[in-house]
Amino acid sequence: MKFRSLALAAAIASVGLSAAVVSPAAYAQAKEQYFPVIVYRTGAYAANGAPWANGYVDYLKLVNAQGGINGVKVSFEECETGYATDRGVECYERLKGKGATVFQPLSTGITFALTEKAPVDKIPLITAGYGRSESQNGAVFTWNFPLLGTYWVGADVAIQHIAKEAGGLDKLKGKKIALVYHDSPYGKEPIPALQERAKMHGFELQLLPVAHPGVEQKATWLQIRRDRPDHVLLWGWGVMNTTALKEAQATGYPREKMLGIWWAGAEPDVKDVGAGAKGYSALTLQHGAEPNSKVVKDMLALVHAKGQGTGPKDEVGSVLYMRGLISAMLGVEGVRKAQERYGKKVMTGEQVRWGLENLNLDQKMLDAMGFAGVMRPVQTSCTDHMGSSWVRVHTWDGAKWNFTSDWYQADQKVLRPMAMLASGKYAEEKKITPRTPEQCKQ
Amino acid sequence: MIYRENGQFKTTYAADQQIFTIAQDKVFVLGVIAFAFIGIPLLADEYMFRAILIPFLILSLAALGVNLLVGYCGQITLGAGAFMAIGAYAAYNFMIRIDGMPLIFGLLLGGLASAGMGILFGIPSLRVRGLYLAVATLAAQFFCDWAFLRLGWFTNYSSSGSVSISNLSVFGWGIDSPLEKYLFCLCFIVVFAFVAKNLTRASIGRQWMAIRDMDVAAEVIGIRPMWAKLSAFAVSSFFVGVAGALWGFVHLGSWEPAAFSVDRSFQLLFMVIIGGMGSILGSFFGAAFIVVLPIFLNQFLPALGHLFGIEISTAGVSHAEFIIFGSLIVFFLIVEPHGLARLWSIAKEKLRLWPFPH
Repeated sequence: MKFRSLALAAAIASVGLSAAVVSPAAYAQAKEQYFPVIVYRTGAYAANGAPWANGYVDYLKLVNAQGGINGVKVSFEECETGYATDRGVECYERLKGKGATVFQPLSTGITFALTEKAPVDKIPLITAGYGRSESQNGAVFTWNFPLLGTYWVGADVAIQHIAKEAGGLDKLKGKKIALVYHDSPYGKEPIPALQERAKMHGFELQLLPVAHPGVEQKATWLQIRRDRPDHVLLWGWGVMNTTALKEAQATGYPREKMLGIWWAGAEPDVKDVGAGAKGYSALTLQHGAEPNSKVVKDMLALVHAKGQGTGPKDEVGSVLYMRGLISAMLGVEGVRKAQERYGKKVMTGEQVRWGLENLNLDQKMLDAMGFAGVMRPVQTSCTDHMGSSWVRVHTWDGAKWNFTSDWYQADQKVLRPMAMLASGKYAEEKKITPRTPEQCKQ
Repeated sequence: MIYRENGQFKTTYAADQQIFTIAQDKVFVLGVIAFAFIGIPLLADEYMFRAILIPFLILSLAALGVNLLVGYCGQITLGAGAFMAIGAYAAYNFMIRIDGMPLIFGLLLGGLASAGMGILFGIPSLRVRGLYLAVATLAAQFFCDWAFLRLGWFTNYSSSGSVSISNLSVFGWGIDSPLEKYLFCLCFIVVFAFVAKNLTRASIGRQWMAIRDMDVAAEVIGIRPMWAKLSAFAVSSFFVGVAGALWGFVHLGSWEPAAFSVDRSFQLLFMVIIGGMGSILGSFFGAAFIVVLPIFLNQFLPALGHLFGIEISTAGVSHAEFIIFGSLIVFFLIVEPHGLARLWSIAKEKLRLWPFPH
């Protein structure tokens, strides 16, 4: 009896205390540019989510260490989703009320859910290298920014790369290419682009879905052993990539014939397989591991040297860390661009959207920020929310990633009509009138 | 002192058969409903509506449906997530394929489709019981996961497999703002809760309970097990299906099969077990416990750390959330195996005697 009343008292006390504690926790943020950070540091994909989050937060710290965005300090807050869509939506609702600048959902499922909400709340969504591929059409998807490329770009370049190795696009005829994909909106995104290319060049596309989280792939690889496709495209995430590489090793499928998307091309994916993954290549939407770039050196000097680093020091410069860093940089540059028009103060979501839509990062600016050799220029417009579609391929040599190809660019003659068609269908469903060039100028 | 039925005499059968025989109970429940309709809209902000209240209401409805089957009829199911998915996808297809389909009809038709599938997947219950039945209902879960991922027709051949719906409106009233969505869900849940309460008091509910308590004895006194079990599956799946349709349409707006994964089925079953099996009120308690507590912990722990000058990392908070949540489940199940609803009724009994317990 005593135990029970004690527990009851504790419960009541904690409820009372929380009421007192939670309210002042809604910090006042009017004078700082507030970046909500949606992350997953736990769950099945934590190994890949954590470096991304560390890179993102570190860059925001770096901006503050360098004096903020034109003097405006940056504040940020993390919210953990565990890659679950409903928790992601909860995070969005929790953080948007605090003056959120821009959201980067880091999950295709969450992106789909937030695409419906962002126009109402007037907060832009950056999905750098992921998200809905058709959202590159800014006339319909006013608030989505799939900067630096989409999965369609990845799929398109993957085929270009395979063709180049084979000696030309005409050599693809009769070849068999298998897509091993994570069975979720993320994994399904590239399929239309691959099907389009398959129709153009006459290769056979084999679709092999793998159920979340992807640790059970025996059946998939048995099928690969039986059918012996000429190439395998790997559209996995987290533990699924490691499993796929181990299975490839077990089945004896040559790793040189495997090509992953950028989510399947980072250190956590291959480290555990080590030498077994040697020869495996992956696409990079612009950057790979960049431990020697200037921005990484700045980061180590200005943030990590002062003990303010978010994650371990040796992770700085790794592939996913750089991805998080660049994603944060794009958001910050959107704010900086918006300040050119609206004045050097805290920007609202609507103003940042204008900034992102008129982003123009040329090579000189990128070099000045320390991104020389890391990425190529990005220029967006009202109708093109993607800004660039440069891709390189890097290969794992058993210890680190090395670039093994020149720069590719996705063929917009193929992708643009597809994006227009898909976004047109979306606009019709949602009864959205696409923006006209006149409206764009506002 | 205040909560006592002294002096409330029942002079008619109708008075004796009321849902709430004690006047204080009736006043309290009407007060809660009135507060939900009038008080909460004045108090809650957008975050409360969208992140807490709407999911809570919809999952309460789903838990209510599961409770009818598990708590009242004694048939354990692990397929609740699948029936939510069927409700959501069926309603989606009715809405996009039939021009001018009214929203409420669409949702109810989604529920009916789910009820039909519920009967189909309920057939094994005629032969197998208990844990074996739970495993058999898992088949529904895997079948639906497969069907909605692979058969393009259900998702209107959407390339990513994700479907979305917008511009909801009822009789020209657009359901856009969080407040409107909340009220819309609230209307559904109030109506369905009363239907459920009355079903369980009527002959059909008594049949379910007889089957739950001892099916051979029930058969001997003239209850048809097939009818009772399949009707429980149908009604339960209808409730769960409508909840699934609301979850997709009103809460998420855009969803993929992962929103109704096997995790959701477990979650619903846990709501029923923690809230209280065979209790309408328990479904609400269970839903509140499972929906609100993790979110609350997630926000409370950093704030608590802040108070003592400790910065807890995001991952740390998330791990702590799991640990505390798990131990609370164990704690409540040890303290009261019959669920939170039982704690509530103990509290009511105590209140009756208060302030002179002896």
